[in-house]
Amino acid sequence: MRQNYRLDKIGLVNREKKLSFKFNGKKYFGYEGDTLASALIANGVHLVGRSFKYHRPRGFFGAGVDEPYAIVQLYRNGETEPNVRATEQELFEGLEAKSVNCWPSVNFDIGAINNFLNIFLPAGFYYKTFMWPRSFWYRIYEPFIRKAAGFGVASKEHDKERYEHKYEYCDLLIAGSGPSGLASAYAAAKNGARVILAEDKPRFGGSLLTSDVSINNQSGKEWADNIITELKGMTNVTVKNRAQIFGYYDHNMLVMSERVTDHLPKSEQFTPKQRLWYIRAKQVVISSGSIERPIVFGNNDTPGVVLASAAKEYMKVYGVLVGKKPIVFTNNDSAYETAIEFKKNNINPIVLDSRQDSNSEIIKEAKSLGIDIKFSHVVVVAKGYKKVKSCDIAEISEDKQNLNQIKNIECDCICVSGFWTPTIHLASQSGGKTKFKEEIDAFVPDKSKQKEVTLGSANGVFTLEETLKTSFDKGFELSKEITNNNNSQQIPKVSEKKHSKHDKFWCVPLPKGKKYKRFLDFQNDVAVSDIELAIREGYRSIEHVKRYTTLGMATDQGKTSNLNGLQLVSNIENKVVPAVGHTTFRPPYTPISIGAIVGREIGKHSKPTRKSPMHNWHEKNNAVFVDAGVWLRPRYYKRGNEGLFEASKREAENVRKNVGVCDVTTLGKIDVKGPDAAEFLNRVYTNAWLKLPVGKARYGVMLREDGIVMDDGTTTRISENHYHMTTTTAQAANVLSHLEYYLQLVWPELDVNVVSTTEQWAGAAIAGPKSRDLLQKLFPDTDVSNEGLPFMGFVEANLFGVNARIFRISFSGELAYEVNVESDNGNFMWEKIIEIGKDFDLQPYGTEALSTLRIEMGHVAGSELDGRTIPYDTGLDGLVSKKKDFIGKRSLLKKAYNEKDRQRLVGVVPLDKKTSIPEGSHLVKDPKGKLPNPKLGHISASCWSVEHNNPFSLAILKDGKNMIGSKLYAMSPLKNKTIAVEIVSSHYVDPKGERVRS
Amino acid sequence: MLYIKCPHCGLRSQNEFAYGGDASVKRPELNKEISDQEWDEFVYLRKSPRGKHLELWHHVSGCRQWIKVLRDTSTHEIFNTYKSEEKVG
Ligand SMILES: [Zn+2]
Repeated sequence: MRQNYRLDKIGLVNREKKLSFKFNGKKYFGYEGDTLASALIANGVHLVGRSFKYHRPRGFFGAGVDEPYAIVQLYRNGETEPNVRATEQELFEGLEAKSVNCWPSVNFDIGAINNFLNIFLPAGFYYKTFMWPRSFWYRIYEPFIRKAAGFGVASKEHDKERYEHKYEYCDLLIAGSGPSGLASAYAAAKNGARVILAEDKPRFGGSLLTSDVSINNQSGKEWADNIITELKGMTNVTVKNRAQIFGYYDHNMLVMSERVTDHLPKSEQFTPKQRLWYIRAKQVVISSGSIERPIVFGNNDTPGVVLASAAKEYMKVYGVLVGKKPIVFTNNDSAYETAIEFKKNNINPIVLDSRQDSNSEIIKEAKSLGIDIKFSHVVVVAKGYKKVKSCDIAEISEDKQNLNQIKNIECDCICVSGFWTPTIHLASQSGGKTKFKEEIDAFVPDKSKQKEVTLGSANGVFTLEETLKTSFDKGFELSKEITNNNNSQQIPKVSEKKHSKHDKFWCVPLPKGKKYKRFLDFQNDVAVSDIELAIREGYRSIEHVKRYTTLGMATDQGKTSNLNGLQLVSNIENKVVPAVGHTTFRPPYTPISIGAIVGREIGKHSKPTRKSPMHNWHEKNNAVFVDAGVWLRPRYYKRGNEGLFEASKREAENVRKNVGVCDVTTLGKIDVKGPDAAEFLNRVYTNAWLKLPVGKARYGVMLREDGIVMDDGTTTRISENHYHMTTTTAQAANVLSHLEYYLQLVWPELDVNVVSTTEQWAGAAIAGPKSRDLLQKLFPDTDVSNEGLPFMGFVEANLFGVNARIFRISFSGELAYEVNVESDNGNFMWEKIIEIGKDFDLQPYGTEALSTLRIEMGHVAGSELDGRTIPYDTGLDGLVSKKKDFIGKRSLLKKAYNEKDRQRLVGVVPLDKKTSIPEGSHLVKDPKGKLPNPKLGHISASCWSVEHNNPFSLAILKDGKNMIGSKLYAMSPLKNKTIAVEIVSSHYVDPKGERVRS
Repeated sequence: MLYIKCPHCGLRSQNEFAYGGDASVKRPELNKEISDQEWDEFVYLRKSPRGKHLELWHHVSGCRQWIKVLRDTSTHEIFNTYKSEEKVG
């Protein structure tokens, strides 16, 4: 198919490289350097989608980030992406895109019936209609909305692309490579500053690419190209295109999204699709430019109505005509550049200028070229459904209230310009104030809050000469403050046409008796009448008007609509615009993909995976792993067809009968050293620590200041001033911070140091009646007899040439030891234990058997020490010293903590001795009691008792102390179970604790 | 993201730190008689000022020192940072 709207001799696209692409299944051609939008327009395709509410036909309005219409579903390398702006998506070979928000097709769209029923869809429609009746919501409203509305579909597949995050620092971060960005970057870079220059578009230069100016006798584009080439060659400068700075956060942290390979058919291996930069800048230059705003008139959303600047950009950058019978409708001089460009390409535009007259340089040039200019004229309404075919124009009175001599003229596009709106998003996001500048009818940054400056048209400066001068000066000045260098650059000579004043005119009145829809927000279909209605209904705050009408709430965030909306509200309210104020600018400036925000932190990369030195052995021996915090721990070792229940039962039984070994490397370990270490432990733990001899371990409980149990574990006195503390796996990091807090801030006079040694030691728990015999074989030179190494004893020993520590401590309630060696020797230790253990019927056991053993023994763990229990509740009150003070002690005097019927740890056995009780079940007196049924307690942990061969659970029960022997019900509405139970002692096995001392 | 000057390490991003609350809270001395109200104030009651606030931050992913930061809670401006033992006044 021929590109009927492509110009031959103009534009920056590479005509040597033809690219094929598909839109809505049809094949077209474009060139390298096109956007999807420019390529479609070149092929005469103007209908790309449907609007959100009325499903009106949508074409192209802009040529960049401000585009409200041309949102497509993109297909690339087997993946699909919604909400892609065709004006930003660069063309690549094989690109495929489809229209969105239309069903069944863009040309015949059922939802467009809304357009003819639009009386039912006024402002606040969603609030008013869908509130009632409630039962309609799921059955009728939601399915209807889901089918008929919404932009695009998110892929349900896993995103195979790679996204990266990068952290960067610089002296000057410059957002935008137009004249002010280039000038300030150049001045600062030449003065030795570390500069990052970010340009959102593929090409550098901003307005210089299309404006008719000369700088140092070069065209704007030539000057920009030369500056960029020089900047790229400097080692202190990073220049990035396709990179949008979308958020300005605290302390000069800005975030930039770089579209690394979106413009290519696919990403290379290990090359990210997008990269998110977190940039900390000493100074920020906001040179984000300005966006042309439209003039509002009837049916101004018809495809073919475009911004005048976009029409110029399509010609000068892409060599594409938006139409061949153009009308240029303007209230200012800048649109004349568009008209002149048409004329230069042998197209005859008609200019309608709302001003009564103007005689500036550019208008003289337009006149001399023979362009038809009609002053005091406006477009009243565009005609045509899927494309502009003609328009009604009229003469407008001086007070802009009355229309005369309405007549219809043929045209195929209307290029509209209502003057320029500075892009102040970043300046406003930084926390700075804004002010309304009367001369340009728009907001500009006022006092900056952070270290930033806004330059050029983003600051409301629209002449190149002033822009370059202030930007060169600022670039030099800011860099000098940082580098102390003094190399200033000569400010180049500029030639540009002077513009006359724009007309304060933004909305064409309706002719008498006509009800044309005049749109403000093109993506969300918010018309002038909607705003009027909202105000009639009592909405005053601009933030409320915005939410009620959805003005500026679409994916373009109102870049072309917000200011006209404000003008309208202020007109109706008879206020000046600054009194109405603007809505808050929030990041991101443009939509950012979720992939870029997440970066590499997906799946297993979302957190580190910690493995013990014995992990490979576990893997080879059929361990089934479980996540324990960030650690991977063997849950059980599968044999044959065993499931979790069978395997863990076998492993636990073997510990009770013979001997087992469990990897306990994950336990937190902290070295506590110093002459005051004993005193410190005495303050940290609830029990007494001053008299613990060297070579002995002690079990300790630590509280928070509010009296809640924080953690428990054993601590061993290795030598006079050296203690080895263990914590639970989950609390290891918190306990270390807790200890550091008290040492650094509360008791700095204590001479103690703490350091984590979790990673330094590999640990194996050897438990069971045969554990001593096994240990003796592992350490033939060490006396491990009950006298030589009594319960809670510690000894350093030699394991076949490797240094080891043996602690006689037990979590399982059996005769047990814990052997530690340096991590590097962990696997050696483990294999020795397994090898020698064969003679003693040793089996490795996982966390499930470990739980079983501790539960039936009544030992508490994380499920009882759950941040809600005090020592009494968990049966640890025997470890609370009455004599000394410690962290949290004062809280234990609280009345609620000393109630007679205070909750306490108990054991629970089902009466049928068969039904396992789900963890989390509530204990109640009457299973049929009226709701809410009083809860007496809850099941904290459940197991199959291998000692008694029936289910057993632990529970925290109100008045647990006096409830032993009573009958209650365990109810789990989640599992739909009600189980009759008996309350027993939590010490279900070996209540006297004889085994550990045997 | 805040940029916090650790007095030991220099300027570091907020994600290296953990927030530790009001730095002016003083723990009652050990073994001292204290009323229920005083103890409750120490354990539970904190001001939430708008404006200048002296607060604790723990450089957990750095030097592991607890530091004091004088920060404006509404503007996030950081006026100064101090070592744990430094008197702020
Ligand atoms: Zn530090």
